[in-house]
Amino acid sequence: MTSAIELADAVRRGDRSASELAEGALAAIAADDGALNAFLHVDSEGALAAARRVDEAVARGEDPGPLAGVPIALKDNLCTRGVPTTAASRILEGWLPPYTATVVERLVGAGAVPVGKTNLDEFAMGSSTENSAYGPTRNPHDHGRVPGGSSGGSAAAVASGMVPIGLGSDTGGSIRQPAALCGVVGMKPTYGMVSRYGLIAFASSLDQIGPLTRTVADAAVCLEVIAGHDPRDSTSLDEPAPSLIASLGDGVAGRTVALVRELVDGAAEDVEAAVNAAAAVLRDAGATVIETSMPELRLGLSAYYLIAPAEASSNLARYDGVRYGLRVDAGDLTSMNVATRTKGFGDEVKRRIMLGTYALSAGYYDAYYGRAQRVRTLLSRAFADAYSRADLLLGATAPTTAFELGAKTADPMAMYLSDVFTIPSNLSGDPAVTVPFGSGADGLPVGVQLLGPARSEPLVLAAAQVLEDGAPT
Amino acid sequence: MTMHEGFEMVVGLEVHTELKTATKLFCGCPNAFGAAPNTNVCPVCLGLPGSLPVLNRGAVELAMAIGSALGCAIRPSSFHRKNYFYPDMPKDYQISQYDEPINVGGALELPDGSTVGIERAHLEEDTGKTTHVGASGRIHGAERSLVDYNRAGVPLVEIVSDPDVTSAAQARAYAAELRSILVATGASDGRMEEGSMRVDANVSVRRTGDATLGTRCEIKNLNSLRSVQRAVEHEAERQSELLAAGGRVVQETRHWDEGEGTTISMRSKEEAYDYRYFPEPDLLPLVPEDAWRDRVAAGLPALPAARRATLVALIEEPTASQRDQVLSVVELGLDAMVTSAVSAGVDATRALARVANEVAAIQGAAGLDVDGVVKILVMEQEGLSATQAKTVLADFAERGGDPRELAAERGFEQLDAGSLDATIDELIGAFPDEWTRYRQGDDKLGQFFVGQVMKLTKGQADGKAVIAGLVRRR
Repeated sequence: MTSAIELADAVRRGDRSASELAEGALAAIAADDGALNAFLHVDSEGALAAARRVDEAVARGEDPGPLAGVPIALKDNLCTRGVPTTAASRILEGWLPPYTATVVERLVGAGAVPVGKTNLDEFAMGSSTENSAYGPTRNPHDHGRVPGGSSGGSAAAVASGMVPIGLGSDTGGSIRQPAALCGVVGMKPTYGMVSRYGLIAFASSLDQIGPLTRTVADAAVCLEVIAGHDPRDSTSLDEPAPSLIASLGDGVAGRTVALVRELVDGAAEDVEAAVNAAAAVLRDAGATVIETSMPELRLGLSAYYLIAPAEASSNLARYDGVRYGLRVDAGDLTSMNVATRTKGFGDEVKRRIMLGTYALSAGYYDAYYGRAQRVRTLLSRAFADAYSRADLLLGATAPTTAFELGAKTADPMAMYLSDVFTIPSNLSGDPAVTVPFGSGADGLPVGVQLLGPARSEPLVLAAAQVLEDGAPT
Repeated sequence: MTMHEGFEMVVGLEVHTELKTATKLFCGCPNAFGAAPNTNVCPVCLGLPGSLPVLNRGAVELAMAIGSALGCAIRPSSFHRKNYFYPDMPKDYQISQYDEPINVGGALELPDGSTVGIERAHLEEDTGKTTHVGASGRIHGAERSLVDYNRAGVPLVEIVSDPDVTSAAQARAYAAELRSILVATGASDGRMEEGSMRVDANVSVRRTGDATLGTRCEIKNLNSLRSVQRAVEHEAERQSELLAAGGRVVQETRHWDEGEGTTISMRSKEEAYDYRYFPEPDLLPLVPEDAWRDRVAAGLPALPAARRATLVALIEEPTASQRDQVLSVVELGLDAMVTSAVSAGVDATRALARVANEVAAIQGAAGLDVDGVVKILVMEQEGLSATQAKTVLADFAERGGDPRELAAERGFEQLDAGSLDATIDELIGAFPDEWTRYRQGDDKLGQFFVGQVMKLTKGQADGKAVIAGLVRRR
């Protein structure tokens, strides 16, 4: 399979046409997606039109940009003007956004060709893409297994070769965990590095958009395109996009990498073995690998399941049947609100709205939301302390390889534990990447995770490149 | 009806004022009153999925100006979400300042010398407007409801007073003084009838001298200064009667019915919402740099108290009624007319009286061209009669234009002093008997001569000037 960078180069040189690539991606989706259900909406017309514009630019002698003609898949919680955007929820069925997310504008501006919107857990709440109102996505490596979630559609679309780049969002691991389970690269950038304007909010203080790709270099080029200040997002960092490709070959010689006990404890043996093997690859590349313990990380999951639902309960209030999306008519206003939300939201979304509403209630705020925020501060201090001793942290991405469909749907707590290793970087806001690193005992992909301090994307990706180069084949 | 003897009222006021910014608080939509429904809207103020708020610096600046004018400390602040479901609130939460408001502490000195403390003045966004169609126009029984989101996201500052107000008249004076300050700072147009300034009153009553506060009721829908005074008066009476009869005041929100002159229960605190406030994660803390804060404070215009002092100083030994005139002239924002007229040579007493009476009576007086009004006052000083001056003023208010031309159109050619003297001498010659009787003390004949002068001059003379001419010759 060809990387996005190679495809863009071929298009820029005129060796291949964007239209040909778009047709190829659409044909692959038509052939494979019946089984996978990675896409909720395929925008053939829009894709072919965008591809034509790229080809015309090339014909005029212009450079369409670093992603010229590259077909991309967008998680369906990214707003696209005039193209259905549902967040995999019944409540947004039929809604056509009147505007386009900043990241999508930037990708298209760099020559990328969006081919469709991918499946997710409803409102990005879940770890298996089984919480979609439009049916689960299947893991391309084993159709009986989940692709992970919530960005399972984008992970499956990239892993199956339908597109080289998928965009996801990561609130507690929603890019990294499905990337690991599908055997692709997934990066959650520093909070604020990528604009959230046009991303349907789940938990605003944790949400971050990032790429899922087959190679580390593709993740770097995609991130270079989508990163950088956006005046429409107040939490967007006031700085230009970092240069990532240039430093991709810098290696890890002289760097210190800390293997964090709490980021492997509880992982399956084969996953832990992969992390140890990854540590050895980094050591061979000249890094000093130390072991460290960060007991505070154990508190992450509990804090996350108070903060994220609390913000979600507020973010999802607007789906009330008044202005857009689903409306279930009832006798009066309140009954209409209730009927609409009862029918429009799935069980997991309702569960989190209730959790969050409770956590913010008068009399409980300090005990729950307030305390969770203090844990968050504690966690950030623990990270700061760790980064005073190491440049990067290493651990597992997910506790296990892809699990079977339906295995955890009856037990929300078991499902929540899928994100135990990814949640801490959302709480701290720091960047983290997962890189495929061999297979588990079941032959399914295993991912290992690299974490760095805020704004350390160049370093994190250079180390990821070392792991990609040294990964078992 | 008056308040029951042995009771006193304690009132705190919450004033919401829309800020006169070009755009809304968190998006670039125009902040304008009166546009066609749902035309000043965008994904942000409609709260569409994925949209994010961006704070308007202009609104922050006006909020700081209000704080400076009220003597508040301007502090680093933050925004919270106030969560409750309501169809005219697009996100089903309101972005507001909660435990860290931008302006804290402060005081407002009223013209009578009393002081009302200011607890806080914070920024928040306005909601849209719901219209219930059919039946009574209220939500119950309405056939359908229509929502206009043009107002959604318009910047508001909520100014919360301490419970320092002890009479209905003081409540009115507070609202009036605050309104003048808001207009003076350019923060608001102060138009209560358009809803750009809205007053809620927290009224409680207790036995005179009690240390603890009584149970309060919040009165909403006070959209004129008159309503503020009447509603507070009425509510305090209602509560004092209840208490005197051994009853109990229920804490609740009450609606002021201007037509009936009564307050009506809207909802009791038992069914109050739990707003689930939490820090707004889409906005950063607001920490205005010192230089910005200082610039705003330094740029404040003269405030009403100082402007009143300026007017009072123009008049030698002002009477109580002149002080009232000063109060209303400043309250209406017409004081520049008086000071400019005095600078142009008009007698201060006359300028104040004209502006406080004739000019103030004109609808939209504050919008009149100051130079034009001053010109009319000068013309009167130079000999235009009072009646003529008022006529020209009315024409000017109606049509605008050059006051001298307006006077000419009316045929109000001013008589110069010389030609008036000649006319008087001519009449003395023509009516010797009447003149003799007048000289002997029959003052009624003064009016006879005035009438004759008016006849000859086609009403262009000033009656007082005629009498003065006669008196000189007596």
